[in-house]
Formats: sequence, structure tokens, C-alpha cells
Amino acid sequence: MEHNTKDTGSVSYLDKTANGRGILAWILSTDHKRIGLLYAMVMFSFFAVAVSIGFTMRLALIEPGHKILSARTYDALFTIHGVIMIFIFIIPSIPAFLGNFFLPILIGAKDVAFPRLNLLSWYIFVIGAVLAVVSLFTGGGPIDTGWTFYVPYSIQTGTNVTLAAFSVFLIGFSSMLTGINFITTIHRYRAPGMKWFRMPLFAWSLYATGWVQILATPVIAITLLLIIAGRMFGIYLFDPASGGDPLLYQHLFWMYSHPAVYIMILPAMGVVTEIIPTFSKKPIFGYTAIAMSSLAIAFFGSLVWGHHMFTSGMSQTAKWLFSLLTFIVAVPSGVKVFNWVASLYGGSIELEPPLLFTFAFIFLFSIGGFTGLIQGALAVDVQVHDTYFIVGHLHYVMFGGTAFALFAGIHYWFPKMFGKMYNKNVARLALLVMFIGFNTLYFPMFVLGWEGMPRRSYDYLPQFHTGQLISIVGSWILVPGLIIMFTNLIYALFKGEKTPANPWGGVTLEWKISSPPPRENFEEIPVITSRPYVFGAEAEHE
Amino acid sequence: MLPDASNIAKGVDGVLLFIVITGIVIIGIVTFFMIFFSVTYNKRRHPEPDSVQDSTVLEIVWTVVPIGIVLVMFYLGWKNYKFIQGVPKNAMTVRVTGRQWSWLFTYANGKNSGILELPVGKPVKLDITSADVIHGFFIPAFRIKQDAVPGVVNSIWFIPDKTGTYEILCTVYCGIGHAHMLSKAVIVPEADFDTWYNEKQQVPVQANAAAARGEGLIKQYGCTGCHTVDGSPLVGPTYKGLYNSRITVITNGKERTVTADDAYIKLCILDPGVNLVKGFPPHVMPSFKGRLTGRDIREIIAYVKTLK
Ligand code: HEC
Ligand SMILES: [Cu+2]
Repeated sequence: MEHNTKDTGSVSYLDKTANGRGILAWILSTDHKRIGLLYAMVMFSFFAVAVSIGFTMRLALIEPGHKILSARTYDALFTIHGVIMIFIFIIPSIPAFLGNFFLPILIGAKDVAFPRLNLLSWYIFVIGAVLAVVSLFTGGGPIDTGWTFYVPYSIQTGTNVTLAAFSVFLIGFSSMLTGINFITTIHRYRAPGMKWFRMPLFAWSLYATGWVQILATPVIAITLLLIIAGRMFGIYLFDPASGGDPLLYQHLFWMYSHPAVYIMILPAMGVVTEIIPTFSKKPIFGYTAIAMSSLAIAFFGSLVWGHHMFTSGMSQTAKWLFSLLTFIVAVPSGVKVFNWVASLYGGSIELEPPLLFTFAFIFLFSIGGFTGLIQGALAVDVQVHDTYFIVGHLHYVMFGGTAFALFAGIHYWFPKMFGKMYNKNVARLALLVMFIGFNTLYFPMFVLGWEGMPRRSYDYLPQFHTGQLISIVGSWILVPGLIIMFTNLIYALFKGEKTPANPWGGVTLEWKISSPPPRENFEEIPVITSRPYVFGAEAEHE
Repeated sequence: MLPDASNIAKGVDGVLLFIVITGIVIIGIVTFFMIFFSVTYNKRRHPEPDSVQDSTVLEIVWTVVPIGIVLVMFYLGWKNYKFIQGVPKNAMTVRVTGRQWSWLFTYANGKNSGILELPVGKPVKLDITSADVIHGFFIPAFRIKQDAVPGVVNSIWFIPDKTGTYEILCTVYCGIGHAHMLSKAVIVPEADFDTWYNEKQQVPVQANAAAARGEGLIKQYGCTGCHTVDGSPLVGPTYKGLYNSRITVITNGKERTVTADDAYIKLCILDPGVNLVKGFPPHVMPSFKGRLTGRDIREIIAYVKTLK
């Protein structure tokens, strides 16, 4: 790979002569940009596996009557799919990859606060991911508990829950260290003059996320250790026979895992908040409202975990309180959507791929949000809980939301990260195919769920056949869309056209340095004198 | 289409409809403006962006109005849910026990059944619990669902208001038989229910009374979650043609062939770890030691004998 770094005369972080050759120069690097890409490589490899598993599971449901996969295989597959997608892909995705790469640049820093710790987090993450793979082939074989590890089943099953839970524990630990790193970076390493309210909103979203990571992750860490203790030493705290309560497990699990949803979605919101101003050539509308809504989401989001348990058996008071708070937490998300759309008003809009991905995100995330409200309403949740409705909802939020925002961010920052440009029309085509495939795949799930199709079932009643078929056809459209998109990006990585430092005409700090960025990001730390997203005479168009 | 066969269904459907319509309207507005702005303010038509100031009024409006809307949604959801409290005095109580992988319904007179038979138009209270792991008791046509949690009894009540047969499903993943943890709610006129309720425990559908009881037992104890009687393998081998057939099993790691006689079947039920049928996974078949009596097992075997 040749890289164009001559514009500023500084050395690119990708430059081989200056950074050393070979794999060691990567896996021993403490450069936040390289670490970001290291995360990306692990994440996307696992993503490919989990997509294939998802595709296979869909295919296996092509006919009722359990003809294709055995129950044991199907149960293992949906668990592995969930564990990989949630813990190894979606949770680290935006913060660990794009966050690592761009947070220091966006706030005018040379690196994160603790570069070595950053590398260590990656190692812990990789060890966790590798152990998750090892757990498939050792002990009792692939786990079959679902990614939620509900007791008592997770204690009772003969499959290798112990190792799998430990791997998730490690991954959580890594995510927590990243959170600590980001928060410290934001507190201590902002460029001179970058007051809190001059920070780009992606940084704000990572800040809110960081707090959730630090405060919520220990809860799941302990919970998973309790499962391990229960399986290995018989110290089982959730056993009703000895005065325990299996619902306590669910409380502890969701106390982390619900905020984890915000670990997944807040950075996604941050990414699209960066993209919209650049392509409408206008400051973001309602900067303060967007920044504050991130904090509000992080705060209220920590208090709504009970809405996963409306049918588990909680007190009536707990039920209405959790329901009420769930509705409240929807509001700041709504505020963000309205501000994004308002930011387009009066702009000078270019429908480049990143913005189109952002539109897809807003649309799909809104559907995810509204179906969330359906589940928040107690009476209706009773019907849809633990059915395909939830499966549809969570894919709209995590895939349509977080993953589409991640794709938007990749298309936005690709020229910055690599100094090359992908084929924009192919990117648009990929988005169109994915968008159609996505809705064909996941929308029927709302109907199926409402009519009573339980999730995590390798077989189903004949009346669900039509819905399943439509959904399966959707997967045949979505997956080719993903393949087109990734092929286009990987091709561009090697053969893409060289691109100037600021191809989109953005005004945040990353666009003021060369592409790919120099090793130390800035030759001279910039001094910030205004809010971000100020377009005008000084904004350089190339 | 999903029938609405309980007193709860209409209210739930109403809340759903309200949220869906609000959602369509709001997402419609958002999408409309996204497209409208993209066209109107496209760079080609509008090369210079306008300067637009933030507006506190707008921020307040689109914070306060959504709060109002979601509070209405919350209220409707709660109002139509509260029913769970205040069970009517005349409600009939049925105990529901979930186990891997079947449902057991126990009536006030001690009657046990694998299906939930109820009189139409009468309030019923279900006391739901589990004998092993967590299950989810779900009757879509009634819009009711409640998890069955070991060590806990969760109650719900409702009035089935249309006769008919409705699916009962398990919604909480509970192991290999989860997808087939099915049953039916059969809603009949009160007179029919009374006859059913008072008749003797097992209907002798077969000449051989022991075999008939055996058939009832394998349903009641959830064997049919893993074993079929029609020749197709499920999680475990089928019972059809099992009796006195030659079977390859793995005992202490060694393969051998045995005849499926009474002693073999009994051992399989009480201590499934001893002989593993070749081609099936180990540790799956639970032991029924202490749960099935010697007589139960004889009756099951009598039934298996009839499956030629
Ligand atoms: C969780 C699923 C499951 C349940 C429930 C279950 N079994 Fe089994 N059963 C199996 C499996 C799997 C095998 C084969 C593996 C083995 O031999 O352990 C088996 C084997 C058997 C065999 C030996 C069959 C042969 O072909 O040699 C008998 C007899 C049997 N089960 C009876 C019962 C009875 C009676 C019940 C209910 C009281 C029952 N099982 C409940 C899974 C189950
Ligand atoms: Cu179950």
C-alpha cells in the first residue's frame, strides 16, 4: 500500500518505513488509530461468522417440522449468534473502532490518555473472543442458553457455559477499561480552548457511553462470576430450594444489559450527528439539546432494566415504574431525531453515501424505537414479550440502528482513515439492497411475534410458515447487500483512488489533518476558538 | 388472523393500535421532512446554506409534546394491564406447572391434565410455577403470558369468552424441547366442562387399561417432548416398534446390542446414563427416579408394547 502523506510532510500512521513492518508493528502498537483498526479486524471477522450463522438459522426454518437442523444445533447456533453479535460485535463496534480512531483527533489530542492500557484492552478483548471460540469445542460443547444465560437453565445445562461466561466477563472488562480511558481522555486531553460545549458531539456520546461502561459492567461481571461459581463449586445463589431467587439473576443481568443497549446506541447517535452537518454544510441544530439528551439517555437508561421482566413476576409497583421510565427514556431519543432532521433545513445537502446511510439509520432506528414503545406498554408487552416481536425490535435497534450507523461512519471516515475513496455508486447500491433486504427480513417478525411465534425455537406451528418464508427471502437479499458493501470497501482499501485530505468539506478537526492521519495526529495542537460545525468562508472546500 | 378470545384481548389490541398509529404518523412526518429537505435544499438547487439559529422554543415543543404522548401510551398500557390485580372471588383456580417440556394443569379436585380445559365465560385464575427451569406460559389468543419460575407462584386471571381450541406455547427458552413445549386451551360450554371435570382421571381409549394409563403418563411427564409414537425420531428415539427390538447402545464406552425388554426400558427411564442409544446425545434424557413409581413404569411399558 502506498499512502499519500505528502500534503503536510508528516508521516502517516500507516507508513511502513516509519512505523516498522510486519504484524508486530501492529499488535504492539500503542497508536490509538492502529488499535482502532485492530479492533475492526477482530470485530468484522466475528461479524462475518455471526452473519453466516444467522443466515443458516433463517434457512433452517424454511419449513415447519424440524427437518434441517436438530434442536441441539439450532439452540447452539442462536446462542453463538447472539453472543458474538452482542458482546464481540455491537458493544465494541463503534466505541472501540471508530471511537478509538477518532476520539483523540476530534478533541485535538495526540492519543488517548493511557495508550498502553488501550492496547491491553484490545488483548483482553481478543483473549475473551478466543476463549468464546474455545468454549465451543471443549467441555460440554457449544452453549445453548441464549446470550442471556438465564438461570436455572444455565446452571443445569451440560454445555460449556462456564468458559463462555468467562469469555464474556473478559470482554466486559475490556469494554470497561476502554470507558475509563475515554473518559480520562476527554477530561484531560482536550485541545486548548475546547470547552465542554465546543466538543464535537461524537465525543459527547462517547463520554456518556464511557460512564455507562464503567458503572454497569461490574454488575454483569459479578453476575457471570456467580454463574461460574454455581457451576463449578455449587455455590448457587439463585436456587429457590435454598432461599435464592432466579429472578435476582434477571435483575442483575438486565441491570447491565439494558444500559448496554445504550452503550450500543449512544455512539451510533454520535456518529450520525457528525455526518449530518458535513453533508448539509450547516452547524448541527440544537447542539446543547443533543449533548444533554445523551446524558439523559445514559441516566434514565440505567433505570429501566425491569422492562425486560414484565412477565417474570415483579411487584405491580415495580412494573408501572419501569414502564413509566421506559417511556420517558424514549423522549431524549426522539429529541435527537427531530434535531437531526431539523439540521437539514436550509442546508446545502449532498446525498453522498454516508448521509444516505444516516437516513437509513434514522428510519430504521425510529421503527426500532416505536416498537420499543409497544413493548414498554405493559398490556401489550405481555403479548409480545419473548416472541419474534422482540427479535424484530432488537434487530431494528441494533442492526438497523447501531450497525447502520457504523456503516455510515465507515463510509464517512474511510477516506480519512486510508486516504482512499471507495466507489460511491456501489456504496449506494449496497445500501439500497441492504435496506430492502433488512425490512423484508425483520419486519415480518413483528407480525409473527404478535401472532405468538416464540423466539429461540427450531420449529414452529404451520400458521407461521408464510411469515417465516418472507423473512427468509429477506435474508437472501440482505446478505448479498452486505457482501457488496464490504467488497466495495475492501477493494478500495487496496485499489481505491487517492483522495484529498477533506473530500466531504467537513470542518471538525479530523478534516484539518492529512489523510491518512499523521502518526501523532497533529504537528501542532490546534487552539479551538469556536463551537464545532461552523461552516463559512474559512471552511476549506477541495 | 389472531383470534381475540378473552376479556383482555380487545383492550390490548386497542393500546397496540394507538401506539402503531402514532408511530406511523410520527415516523411518516420525520421521513417526509428528511426527503423533502433533501430535495428542496439539495446542493444543486441551494448551493449556499442558510444560517439557521437554534431555537429553544422548538426544543421545548419537541420535548414536551412527546412526553405528553408517551404518558398517554403509558397510561393506556397500565390501565389495560391492571386487570392482573383484583381476581374476582368466583374465579376458578388452576395450577399450571411447566416442566421440561410439557405443561401440567392441576384442578381444584386434584384432576391432572395435559391440556387446559375451561368453561367459557367464567373467570379463571392460573397459579403458574415451574418444576425445573424457567418457562413462559403463553396463550396468544387470550393475550396472556406469564413466566413459570421455579420456587415462585405467579398468578394471572382472565375470562375466556369464546369457545374453541387455542394454542399454548412456551416462550422462555428451556432446553432442547422448548419449541415443542406445546399444549392447547380448550374452551367449552360450562355443561361440557362439568362433565369433563367430573369424569374419571383417564379415558380408557384403549382396550388395555394399563396401556391407556401409560399413554396418559408419557404425556403428563413430558416424554412426548422428546419421543414420538409415530416412528419419527425427535430428540430421542421413537417408541414405535421399540419393544423387543434389537438396539445398539453404548455402555461404558463400548458398543453392544441389546433387546429392548421390560428390564431395559425400566433401566432407561430410571438410570438413562447406563445405556446410551447410539446416535443420540448423552445427558439429555432426564432420570425419572423418584418421580415415576414401579407401577407407572409398567403402565408406560404396556403402552409402548402397543406401538407396533
Ligand atoms: C429431554 C428429552 C427426553 C425426555 C423428556 C425423555 N427422554 Fe427418553 N430419551 C431421550 C434421549 C435423547 C434418549 C436416547 C439417549 C439415551 O439413551 O440416553 C432417550 C432414550 C429413552 C429410552 C431408550 C429408547 C431406546 O430406543 O432404546 C427410553 C425407553 C426412554 N427414553 C423413555 C423415556 C420416558 C418413559 C420418558 C418420560 C417419562 C422419557 N424418556 C423422557 C430423551 C428424553
Ligand atoms: Cu419452556
